[in-house]
Parts: sequence; C-alpha cells; structure tokens
Amino acid sequence: MKFSLLSLARNAVSGQTAGPAQWRSPQPRAVYDVVIVGAGGHGLATAYYLAKEHGIRNVAVLDRGWLGGGNTGRNTTIIRSNYLWDESARLYDHAHRMWETLAQELNYNVMFSPRGVMMLAHNVHDEQVVRRHIHANRGNGVENEWLSPEQAKAFCPPLNISSDMRYPILGAALQRRGGTARHDAVAWGYARAASAMGVDILQNCEVQAIDRDATGRAIAVETSRGRIAAGKIGVVAAGHTSVVMAMAGLRMPLESYPLQALVSEPVKPCFPCVVMSNTIHAYLSQSYKGELVIGAGTDAYVSYSQAGGLHISAHTLDAICELFPMFRRMRMLRNWGGIVDVTPDRSPVIGLTPVPGLFVNCGWGTGGFKATPGSGHVFAHTIATGTPHPIAAPFSLERFRTGRLIDEAAAAAVAH
Amino acid sequence: MSGAFRTASGGRIDRTQPILFGFDGRAMTGFRGDTLASALLANGVHLVGRSFKYHRPRGIVAAGSEEPNALVTVDRGGGRLTPNLRATQLELRRDLKATSQNRFPSLDFDIGAVNNLFSPLFSAGFYYKTFMWPASFWKHVYEPLIRSAAGLGRAPTEPDPDRYLHRYAHCDVLVIGAGPAGLAAALAAAETGARVILCDEQSEPGGSLLAETEARIEGRPAAEWAAGVARALAGQDRVTVLPRTTAFGWFPDNLIGLAERVTDHQDRPDPRLPRERLWQVRAREVVIAAGAIERPLVFPGNDRPGVMLADAGRIYANRYGVRVGDRAVIATAGDSGYRAALALLGAGATIAAIADLREDPAGAAVEAARQAGIAIRPGTAIAGSRGGHRVTEASLRRIGGSDRVERLDCDVLLMSGGFTPAVHMFSQSRGRLRFDAALQAFLPGKSAARERSAGACNGRFDLEGCLDEGFTAGAAAAKAAGCGSPRTRRFARAGAVPAPGGFLGAVPGTGKGKAFVDFQNDVTAKDLQLATREGFRSIEHVKRYTTTGMATDQGKTSNMNALAIVAGALDRPIPEVGLTTFRMPYTPVTFGTIAGASRGMLFDPLRHTPIHDWASEHGAVFEDVGNWKRARYFPRSGEDMHQAVARECTAVRMAAGMFDASTLGKIEVVGPDAATFLERMYTNAWARLAPGRLRYGLMLNEAGFIMDDGVIARLAPDRFHVTTTTGGAPGVLNHMEDYLQTEFTDLKVWLTSITEQYAVIAVQGPRAREIIAPLVEGIDLSPAAMPHMSVQTGQICGVATRLFRVSFTGELGFEINVPADHGRAVWEAVLQAGAAYGIVPYGTEAMHVLRAEKGYIIVGQETDGTVTPADAGLDWAIGKAKKDFVGKRSLSRPDIVAPGRKQLVGLLTHSPQEVLEEGAQLVADPHAEIPMRMIGHVTSSYHSAALGRSIALALVADGRSLLGQTLYVPMPDRMIAVTLVAPVFYDQEGRRLDG
Ligand SMILES: Cc1cc2nc3c(=O)[nH]c(=O)nc-3n(C[C@H](O)[C@H](O)[C@H](O)COP(=O)(O)OP(=O)(O)OC[C@H]3O[C@@H](n4cnc5c(N)ncnc54)[C@H](O)[C@@H]3O)c2cc1C
Repeated sequence: MKFSLLSLARNAVSGQTAGPAQWRSPQPRAVYDVVIVGAGGHGLATAYYLAKEHGIRNVAVLDRGWLGGGNTGRNTTIIRSNYLWDESARLYDHAHRMWETLAQELNYNVMFSPRGVMMLAHNVHDEQVVRRHIHANRGNGVENEWLSPEQAKAFCPPLNISSDMRYPILGAALQRRGGTARHDAVAWGYARAASAMGVDILQNCEVQAIDRDATGRAIAVETSRGRIAAGKIGVVAAGHTSVVMAMAGLRMPLESYPLQALVSEPVKPCFPCVVMSNTIHAYLSQSYKGELVIGAGTDAYVSYSQAGGLHISAHTLDAICELFPMFRRMRMLRNWGGIVDVTPDRSPVIGLTPVPGLFVNCGWGTGGFKATPGSGHVFAHTIATGTPHPIAAPFSLERFRTGRLIDEAAAAAVAH
Repeated sequence: MSGAFRTASGGRIDRTQPILFGFDGRAMTGFRGDTLASALLANGVHLVGRSFKYHRPRGIVAAGSEEPNALVTVDRGGGRLTPNLRATQLELRRDLKATSQNRFPSLDFDIGAVNNLFSPLFSAGFYYKTFMWPASFWKHVYEPLIRSAAGLGRAPTEPDPDRYLHRYAHCDVLVIGAGPAGLAAALAAAETGARVILCDEQSEPGGSLLAETEARIEGRPAAEWAAGVARALAGQDRVTVLPRTTAFGWFPDNLIGLAERVTDHQDRPDPRLPRERLWQVRAREVVIAAGAIERPLVFPGNDRPGVMLADAGRIYANRYGVRVGDRAVIATAGDSGYRAALALLGAGATIAAIADLREDPAGAAVEAARQAGIAIRPGTAIAGSRGGHRVTEASLRRIGGSDRVERLDCDVLLMSGGFTPAVHMFSQSRGRLRFDAALQAFLPGKSAARERSAGACNGRFDLEGCLDEGFTAGAAAAKAAGCGSPRTRRFARAGAVPAPGGFLGAVPGTGKGKAFVDFQNDVTAKDLQLATREGFRSIEHVKRYTTTGMATDQGKTSNMNALAIVAGALDRPIPEVGLTTFRMPYTPVTFGTIAGASRGMLFDPLRHTPIHDWASEHGAVFEDVGNWKRARYFPRSGEDMHQAVARECTAVRMAAGMFDASTLGKIEVVGPDAATFLERMYTNAWARLAPGRLRYGLMLNEAGFIMDDGVIARLAPDRFHVTTTTGGAPGVLNHMEDYLQTEFTDLKVWLTSITEQYAVIAVQGPRAREIIAPLVEGIDLSPAAMPHMSVQTGQICGVATRLFRVSFTGELGFEINVPADHGRAVWEAVLQAGAAYGIVPYGTEAMHVLRAEKGYIIVGQETDGTVTPADAGLDWAIGKAKKDFVGKRSLSRPDIVAPGRKQLVGLLTHSPQEVLEEGAQLVADPHAEIPMRMIGHVTSSYHSAALGRSIALALVADGRSLLGQTLYVPMPDRMIAVTLVAPVFYDQEGRRLDG
C-alpha cells in the first residue's frame, strides 16, 4: 500500500482497520543468496539496494534483537558531509545527497530536516581547523561556510557570543544543508521497502557462528533460529562487529566503547539548528517533539556495557550549560548509550575481507547514521559485484596494513 | 478560606498557615503542607493543562511523581523559569506563580484543540506516512508546521542565576524510599551501626503512611509512627535522612545518583544553599523500597478532568484534607477503589456507585464499603464518561451482559486498575525482572548488583508484610555490608487493609471512543492495536511508533497497560512481549544539578603561567591554548597585531627577545632504565646522549605518525628532563604511562609531571648570551663550555636553574628553567638586564613566525595525525640503528613508503605581500573547477618582517620533487599563484645559532 494523506484519510474513515504490516515477519529459509548480519539502518539499506539496484532479492537481514534497535535507534541523528579528506567527503556527500530524496524514494517520511549544522570555533587552533575544512570542502563541492560570531548568532539566536565566556565563540562553520532525520523511520522505511521487494527480515535471530567450507569460504551462519546457508554474507553489526567477525576467525581493527546521549523534557521550539562544539564536547539540537537532543562522549575504556558513567553525561551537560546558560533549568528526561565501533583512523571499513564470501561494513563509530543511505548503497554494490564500489574502495580493511589511513580524528575528537 | 473543597479537619496540612498562590493569573489560597495540586483541587480546579497532540483538556490524575497531566511552568523571577513541573510534587510556598502549558490563547479556550477533530488522521505513526508530496512542500510548509507543534512548556530564555552542588558519599546501606518498608529497613541497618542513607522523593518521610488514617504501628497512628522513626533516625550520627531526594540513576558498582531539591520549596530561598544537590553515593548495599504506582483503567473518555486515580482521591482526602469532588463514581479492579470511597465519604462526598470488574468482590475493604451503604456493582466495567472541562457523567456496563449502560451523574470519577511495583531502580541495576502471574506484575528477579527490594516494589502490599520485609532486607543489607545483625523486631500493627486485585489493559467492552493509555502523549488503546497490525511486534517498536511511555512521566502509569494491550493484540503472553528498558533518570533531573559547580571559570579551570600577571599588566593580548592562557603579542600603543608581531620578530633577529615558554609540558623521566625507555618512546637515539646534552625528540603513535615533539635534556645517566608541546603534555604523559604499565613492565622508570614546577623563560637573539651572563652563577656560558643543544645546572639571579642552550627561532638562544615561584622575578631581572640591548618580550604569534622562517614544525599545525617523520622532513631524527620504537613497524608499510605522500615544503606567493589563508588548498591546475584535485594545503602562513614578504609552509603531494614549480591556491574568488621552495626561509646555513 502506498502511503499518502489520501490513503490515511481513507483509513481514518474506515476506522483505521486496514493497516497492513509494514514488513513481513517470515520464518527463516534454509538458503539465501545474501545474508546480512545486523538489521540496523546500514544493514537494511544494504538489503534494499541489493534488491532494488542489483536485482538480488533472495536476501535475509538478521538481527539478534528487533530491527533498528542498535545504534540506529539510539543516535542523535546529526547529518552532515563536511568531512575533511577527499575520500570521506565523497562518501558522506554521496549519502547526504541521498537523504534529500529518501522520503520519496522509500515512500516513508524519514523527516530529513536540513536545518543547518554549525560547528563552533573557540580558539585560534579551532579556527584553523575549521577553515581548513571549509577550503577542502569547497574543492570537493561540499558546501560549508565560515560565519563570524555575529552571523552565527543570527543563525542560532540562543548562542552567547560575548567574549568573556570561558570558551568564547570566535566563529563557526555552517553547513546549511546539514541537519537531522528521524532515526527509527529510517530503519522502518528501509525495512518496509526491502520487505516489499522480497527481502526477509529475521528479528530475534542472533548469529552465533559462521561456517566455512574446506576452502575457507564463509557459507552459512548458525543462528538462534537455526542454520542459514548463504551465497554471501555481509556483516553490518556496528559495536558488535568484532564479536561476529571473530566467528569467522578474523580480528578486526576495532575498539568498542559506550557512547551516550540524552534528551530533555520537551519544550516549545527554542533551538533552530544543530550546534556542535568539538572542543568542549557538546552537541545539541531540538527534536520534533521538542526535546533537546544532546550527544555526550564515549567512556574512556572499551566495554560492551550499554550503561555509561554518570560523569560522562555530567561533562556533557556542564558544557551545554556553559554554552547555553538558559538551559541550566531544563531537565534531563532520558539518557542512554550505544556501543560504537571505532577504528584507528575514525573512518569506516566497507569491503571485502580475507575470508571469501564474507563482506564487512563497520567502524562508523560515533558518526555513521548520517551515512546510512550511502553506506548501504555502496556496500550493496560491493557485495553484488564482489568488487568495492569506487566510493567505498579507499575504505578497505587493507588500509590498516598498507598505511593508507583516512584520519578524520584530525578533524574531530568525536565525529558525530 | 482555602477552597470550597477543603474538609473541616484532618490531613497533614497546617491550617494555621494559609498561603496565597497564583495559577494562570488567578489568586487562590492553600495551606502549608499542600502541593500545588492539592491546593488547586481544594479550590475546585481540575482542569490544569492540555495534552500534547490533541490539546485535550486534562486534569490532575495522580498525587505523586507519576502524574502525567498536571504539568505547569513556574516563574520565580530573575531567570528562574522552570517548565514542565508536576503540580503534584510542587510544594506550596508563598507567592508561587504557576501557569498552565500547551494552550493558546488560554487553558479554557485552546485553538490547538482542533487537532482533536482530525484525530482519526493523526493515528500512530501518521508523520511517517504523510507530508512527502509534493517534495518541495516539506521544507517550507510541512516541516515548519510539525516543528512548531513541538513541546509542552516554554524553555527559559535567560541564564539561570541559581547554584547547584555535588556531594559524594559512601555508605553501608542506602535505602531508597521512606515508606513503611524503607523506614523499617533503615531502622534495621542503623541498629547495626551501619552508615545509612535514607532518601525519599517526597517532602517528608513516610511514603504511603502519610495518607494512612486507620492503621496504627507499635501503638501509634501510622503517620505519627513514621515521623517519629524518621526523627530518631535523623538524630543518629551514622544516618543521613534526605527528604525531597530522588534516587534517579544506578551506575556501575553501586554508584547511585540522588537528586535533592534543596530550596525550591522555601518561601525565600536561603542564599547560602544551592537550589539542588546531586549526591553520588557509593553504597555497599542498597535496599530498594520504592513502593508501587497505581494504574488507570483504560476506557473511553478516561482522560477527562475529574477522572483520577482512586488512591490519589484517597491521598488528597486523608493527607491534604481535600475532597476531590462532591459526587464520585468509582471504577475499580480491586480494593483500592473501596478504600478511596471510604476516604471520600469521610471527606463529605457522596459515592454514586463503585463499579468493580470482579464478579465477587470480597474482603475487609469491600465489607466496610457495604457497611457504609455504598452501592456496589460487581462484574461491572466503566464504559465511558461525559463532560467538557470536567467529568459530569460516568456510564457503567455489566460485563458480559447486554449493551445497556447505567449513567450516573458525578463530578469526579476515580479509577483503579491495581498497582504496578516500582521496579525502575532494580531494573536500572541490571537485575532481571520476572513476571508474577498471580499478581499480574513484573517483580524483581535475579539481582545483578548488591541490592534487595522490599515492600510494594517487591509485590508486598500489606502493611505488616512491608514492615517485616523491609526490616529483614535492612538487616540482610547491613550484614552483607559487614555490619552485624540487629535484634529481631516485629512491628505490631493494626487497621490497614491491603489493596490486592488488579487489571491490565483496556477494560472489557472498550469499543469506540478514545481510551487513553498514555495521557500526556495522547496514545490510545487503538493506536497500540494499530501499531501491532502494522507489524510492530516488539514492545520497543510499539513504544517508538506510538510514543507510548515516552512522555515526561516515562510511562509510570501507562507502561503495563500498554504492554497488556499489545500482548492481547498479538495474542501472546505478557512476559513474552517483554518490557521496554528502564532508563535513567527515574524522574527528570535538572541539567544544572548534573553539571554542578562546573560553570564559568570552574567549568574548565584556566591555567596561568608564573609570568601571566606580568604579561597582563603589560598589556599582552592572550590566546587560549589548551587550558592555558598564553600571551599572543604585546602591543604598544597604537599597534595592531601585525605591527606588534613585526616589531617583536625584528627585535629577536636584531637584538634579543624574551618569551614565556612555561606552558611547555615537562616530564622528568628517572630511573636506571630511563634511557632505554626513551629509546622506545621516541624515534631518536638516547643511549649515547651524554649528560649535559640536549636532543630534539620525536614521538610517534603506533601508526607511525607524529604525535609530539620536544627537546629532551639528559641531566644525569638516569635522569631526563623531557619537554613536550603545550597541548600535548597530558596526552604524552598518559601515553608514556600506558606503555610503562602495560608493555614495558620490566623497565625501572618513574615519570613525574613537572610542567608547573618550572617557569621557562626563553631568551633568544644575538645578544642573548650577553644579557644573561651577568645574572648567572656557576655556569660557563662560553660557546665551548655551553654549545648549542646543551644543558647546565647552576644559579640565575640566585635561584637554581636548569639552563638550556636551545633555539626555536634560529637565533642564539637560552631557555631558563627556574622554580615557578621565582619565574616572575627572574623574568623581570632578565628584562632589566636586557633593556640596554633592546630586549623585548614577544608572544606566541611572533614565536610562530620566527620558527616558520626557519621551517621548524609545530605539531598540530604542520601535522594532523597523518604526517610521518619523512613527510615532515624529519627522517634525520630517526635513530637508524635502533631495533625498535613505538611506530617503527608502521613506517615500513607500503603506503607509508610509496610515492605521492604529502611532504613539507615552503611556499612563496608570487605577489610578496599576499598572505595566504591557513588551511587553504593547493592545486596544480590554475583553471581547476569544483570538484578539483587538491594536492596539498597551507599549514602555516605569515608576513615575515625579516624577509619583508609573506611566507608559508605547506604539505604537498611529492612536494620535495616540485620545488621551483608553481602551484595555485584556489580561493572562492580567484587563484593565487605560489612557488614551491624548501621550507627554510631564513639563514639556511644555521649560522645565527651561535650568535
Ligand atoms: C549515542 C550515539 C549518538 C550518535 N550520534 C550520531 C550522530 O549524531 N550522527 C551520526 O551520523 N551518527 C551518530 N552515531 C553513530 C550511528 O548511530 C551509527 O554509526 C550508525 O547508526 C550505525 O548503524 P548500523 O546500522 O551500522 O548499526 P546498528 O544500528 O547498531 O545495527 C547493528 C545491528 O547488528 C545487530 N547485531 C549485532 N550482533 C549481532 C549478531 N551476532 N547477530 C545478529 N545481529 C547482530 C545489532 O542488534 C544491531 O541491530 C551515534 C551513536 C550513538 C550510540
């Protein structure tokens, strides 16, 4: 059924009884052409593009929990593409362009909201870094502009640009077409569209082992819902990628950390855009419900525990209150964490692995939501053709062996 | 008078203290001891807010922190505006001014209420299915519309002047909740001598006992008993009793976050106290005695003002002396409705009827209601209500009978679906919940932390059971904490009736009409059913799709009903559908409370060098570098930065300059293996560096990229004075400690940060030696005795010094390390001694220019975590003979040795006065168009006074092979031509180092 106001109105008249399931909940088949491990946004998008662009529809997406319940459903949804390196700019901008039409593509309103993402500069070094980004971005055709403190305040009135602040604002980089989207809707939209093309989404189906044949090729996954054979296997398991890949005997260059976020109680619109300060670790936007959505930092130590320390949220909220003293009386409503997979160069890994038949898409760390459509798109190509999509090629696992790193840590401590 | 609905006597309010307060501009009176909610109800006010989505009129539902509807904004003036406060928790104080929210223009007439008419369209998830076409409408029409509908109250717009503080505490036993179970637990634990903290979110300890009028404990009325026990506990040294304190979060290793509201309830806040206080309590053992929360019944029209929880009706009557209505209909699934009926009767109300979902209600409470002559309708469901801004009628229908409904006039409708144990904190502690089929409730199951639950939150609803279980839990907790055991104690009690019975989900026969599950977020039973039909089968999905349980009450009253409805729709047992995760905080916590004193200059303390005050007295302009304030330049009157920097640079090149280098990181590396350790941490060779010599050290990370650099002095065979970059200091020390403690555990080396022990004064320029010579004792400054890159210890101005001969300017130079306390005196002495030679102080900006003229890199400016020693032209700093050092292995990786890497070069603009922008890119093609192939970027760029032109450093792909060639810097409006040159612009031969 196509979603529209009309169809909704029709249902309303008929008492809303007709809503069909947005995706099927099938039993696992014995064999699929492609099995995707991880029904987050990236895994579901991969399946969608496999079906849509490559005609591979005998696909299953497996998740140990419910679809979209990982980092996809836990992130602060900042979308931007003003990354420093050419390779990154190409990848993230590919995704960014896709966001602009994703609602229509999926016939599902993912509520992409290009309200502008502003990154603050608090000292001379920040300003140098920001300006370098702006120059590099311009060369790559990625909009990003420098704003004086006054211009920044005009764009985001709650900003305090007085110079007697502990961290005064010397200026900001603004990507006007950056913004946010509704994270759950992204997972649901892809799930619905993929399912309609024949993709089986198998929830509560934990992968517990990866079977390899005598030649070493990955041929099947053992799951909590039985053995499932696969022509190809794509692992898209974010913070648990190391665990899954170890099942195929691979050690990944990843460290997993809890990353926290929180929201305030909902208030009337008071914050028009997304503001990020890498220097004092504060990220802020306002959701459609009116909550202030705030990204905190990672714990200092690796862990799979989804509960981060209180001092981490404390150090985020003091930064928020420092930048926006009027929010000091606002109240935290919910706080949560997700396990993020961090590579040595803070850039993702998309591509082939030393195990034939096994592909991986991971390492998005603290900032992969924004890449969801592009990541799925290039990964589907990589799986379907067996060779990396040109945009994905630089993001090979090999780069850690060869040294061709794409270090976005140079750009931001936490790359939301 | 304090309202027409105030009873003549009774309650815990102080009738001698009337309090004037305002709601939406209307002045009313209440009593000390009231909450805003009880005071409003005493004045007959039920309508207090509008719901989020449909803007439906809403009234007070509950009497505690679970309240979903009665949210108000309180403005205390001077920036003290707080939205979304629960009227049920707001203690009445003088001049309290509260306003209702989410209505325009007024609570009685709200334009947003038109949403209600279109509500069939706004079914669950409607956003996702609409507003897509035409695509261009999204940005300018739909999205602004959706965004403007957001939120409940208004956010404050002025800075908050109040203070917030943190306390850290340790205790043997933390008791969460001061109802009968919690008080008994605290008594037991305290008796053993354990350190006990007892906290409760209410204004006074006692919990459910505060509304108890019948029960007696140990011969005293229950509330009196509670007050006595709390007083006795608070009087003990080792016990801390914290009212108005919510345990909101459970963190690893029994760290519990408590939020204490300190002054909001005070008529005139004590200025010495913080507004709120965050307690971070590390508890050996925790007793959770958090009670239970009553559930609404889900039936059409259950959201009208005047429809309330039965127990809330009872609490308002018994605790606050307020009759919530004159004529009540009561719909119940258990005894709670009867207890409420009796309380209301006592408060002077008429009870039209009690509709009980049970076929054969029996027990003491039922009997008592019968005795009181109340009409009881067994096996009867509440079918609906009527009324505009207040309920006026309730309709009842016999379950399984005909469709005939009985309509009863009423002005209040009390409902009870039974009680949900408050397992939030238990669940936050990562304990596993189990579903108790008999109670139809989730109860604490397997523990994951050192805690135990007691009382209603553990499924015990009778007073005796709560007291006994609390006492046992307190005793067990104390024992587990190693504090011995108390004497056994039985609490003699009489009178209170338990409140068993309960019902989950939508009441039978709920057909048409909106039956609300989540009041604040306007989620109906139908929305939940719709979601399940659309394939949302996991409770987490349903929650996110419908937003049930996501409002500011976090579903305290709604989650179990929602779960039951979803389970019913899926035809699966409740435990299989499962609960959503309980997340902190239990109730919302003020940002300021969590941030605490960390604000302004305490947010991130500034670091000042010993020479800071001098610089500031002499007009320095400062810049922030890490936490440090560094003098950037010293303008003389009329000078701008450019002129000041040119003058400072010239002075250094012509005569001498002095520079405060105290911010450089300094680490003393000591021990028999100190040289071996440095061999491994730095690329350079250290073993053969003679004591008394300095060497430039280059530190790589594991990936082989430059991480830090600095000059290292060998003071003795086993003692090195390592310097680091200003910003890198903490990271380098961490990095060193990390390796020492995890990789090189065999080495005997000790690391000490001495950054703040020393002031460092760089004296640079051809006259440097002459200037400091008269000040120095016991050090031979002659070039032979003290060549470039050497160190001597002795005295300067009578103070012990580690004197380095070193240069970051290319000139003859010294760095004087003296104990920090003497920094300013030595600085002034050097300045005085240098006056005759024309010495000037210079800042970081001149320092940058001077070193760039010499092609010296600054880590973090020429490097960005992707630059190898070879890229930076520093391969000479690699000890070729060394077996290993951190990063060495990575340097031979194929892409690290492949051609095409970016290399450090100099740039000269074709027009000499053109100063490039740092961060600008380089291209080969003067006509390059976007997207263009960029082959490098400008890392540093200045006007050089010495050269009379601009200079720049850059990283350029294969740059060293392009020297002499022209490249282009693309700017938005033009291309700037530059020639690539070697990165040393001044004194290529390095002759000036010797003066
Ligand atoms: C608090 C927080 C804030 C963030 N903020 C931003 C932001 O503002 N902007 C941004 O761009 N990014 C942000 N991110 C990062 C972003 O969320 C992730 O990079 C992105 O969502 C990853 O998507 P994914 O589909 O790869 O992973 P996920 O959504 O985590 O999906 C992986 C799935 O794999 C499943 N899985 C794991 N193991 C197994 C197994 N053995 N068998 C079967 N299934 C398995 C998991 O259940 C999970 O559903 C944030 C992350 C967090 C945690």
